[in-house]
Amino acid sequence: MKIINIKYLIMTLALAAISFNCSNDDDFTPPNNGGGNNEPDFSGVYAQQDQMGRPAVNTVFVSSGSKNMFNTTIPTQQNAAFQSMFQTNLEALSPAFANPGDMNALGQDSAAFTTLLATDVLNLSLDGETTFYNPNSGALLTGRALTDDVITVELLLIFGGEDFTENPTLSNDNVDANDKPFLTSFPYLASPW
Amino acid sequence: MKNMKIYLGIGIFAIAGFLLVAADHIDAPAVSGGTSDVTDFYAFQGEDTDNVVFVANLQGLLAPGSTDAATFDENVLIEFNIDTDQDNVEDLVIQAIPRDGKMYFFGPVAPSITGLNSSIMTSATQSSVDISTRMTPVLEQNAGMKFFAGPRDDPFFMDFAQYSDIIAGNATGFDNPGSDTFQGTNVLSIVVEVPKSMVGGSGTVNTWVESKRKQ
Repeated sequence: MKIINIKYLIMTLALAAISFNCSNDDDFTPPNNGGGNNEPDFSGVYAQQDQMGRPAVNTVFVSSGSKNMFNTTIPTQQNAAFQSMFQTNLEALSPAFANPGDMNALGQDSAAFTTLLATDVLNLSLDGETTFYNPNSGALLTGRALTDDVITVELLLIFGGEDFTENPTLSNDNVDANDKPFLTSFPYLASPW
Repeated sequence: MKNMKIYLGIGIFAIAGFLLVAADHIDAPAVSGGTSDVTDFYAFQGEDTDNVVFVANLQGLLAPGSTDAATFDENVLIEFNIDTDQDNVEDLVIQAIPRDGKMYFFGPVAPSITGLNSSIMTSATQSSVDISTRMTPVLEQNAGMKFFAGPRDDPFFMDFAQYSDIIAGNATGFDNPGSDTFQGTNVLSIVVEVPKSMVGGSGTVNTWVESKRKQ
């Protein structure tokens, strides 16, 4: 009796495993047009759900009810749709932009700074150093390297005032580097944990 | 200090639900934590300085134990956009889409249409790479380009927890040293290295990444 039970159990499990495998092939790709061509199917229309240029722009500057809309507004329309929201949120967030005439260390007032940010594209130089900001070379917005401490740069521009000295406890999160060293060669990102 | 608290308080109301996780991690309700959630985007000069590298990261905050179960979605197209003439409209795209354990790449190529909807540019240069597992990375080269798709350590670093406390009014500043909220977590990465000559050659281009779901 016991042996029979175990046999049935094993058989049931085996059947379950087989059926599971059959029904779980969710990445099965049928041939194109049944023409004997085994190329994957790349047909169809793909509609936008998320987009990103510069780090943290949507998360920091877009009000919660508008985040989906920001993700589905093309860059040429972002300034008209979002710059004033960004400016309102920036002035509410940062004491360094609370008074008329306040600027960041780039010499931008809240309108100029948020005009830069509202069109959420990442500038990329094809001529040399690529960095979000390198205080040593002075290079600014020429790309985004893996080692760039982009959050501290953004905190400084948001909270640091005209000379990066305002609100010092808010303008650096004191996490300056990744938890694993990056690779010098492709694919550059560190191996997974 | 009192002023700062007031300002931060206003900030909370102005930006309720603020900065759930930074960079672009979990940035909006429609994509939060899903297979089309872009967590980060990088663009930088390659080890070979004639090349540039584009990185799109998806599905952030993967614990090592749950990384093997995370997969790219065959219904989600990842599109790197490159504007070469400073009008913020994409002149070139590099498309990446998974099929049956491989990540397929098309381009760089001028898209047939720009904007919110895309079709896959199957007539463009096609490349592919086996999607890597956590323990075994696979790299591929084709037409002067390099390709990778699979789990990597999340390259983003920030004391996000302390930032949240500041915004919530539970702290007045960052700690020193801070604590990297993203330590020990993985993302699904797509990495493409292409010759600069394929994406504008010289000068400055504007770039961004999009996720698009099959309709």
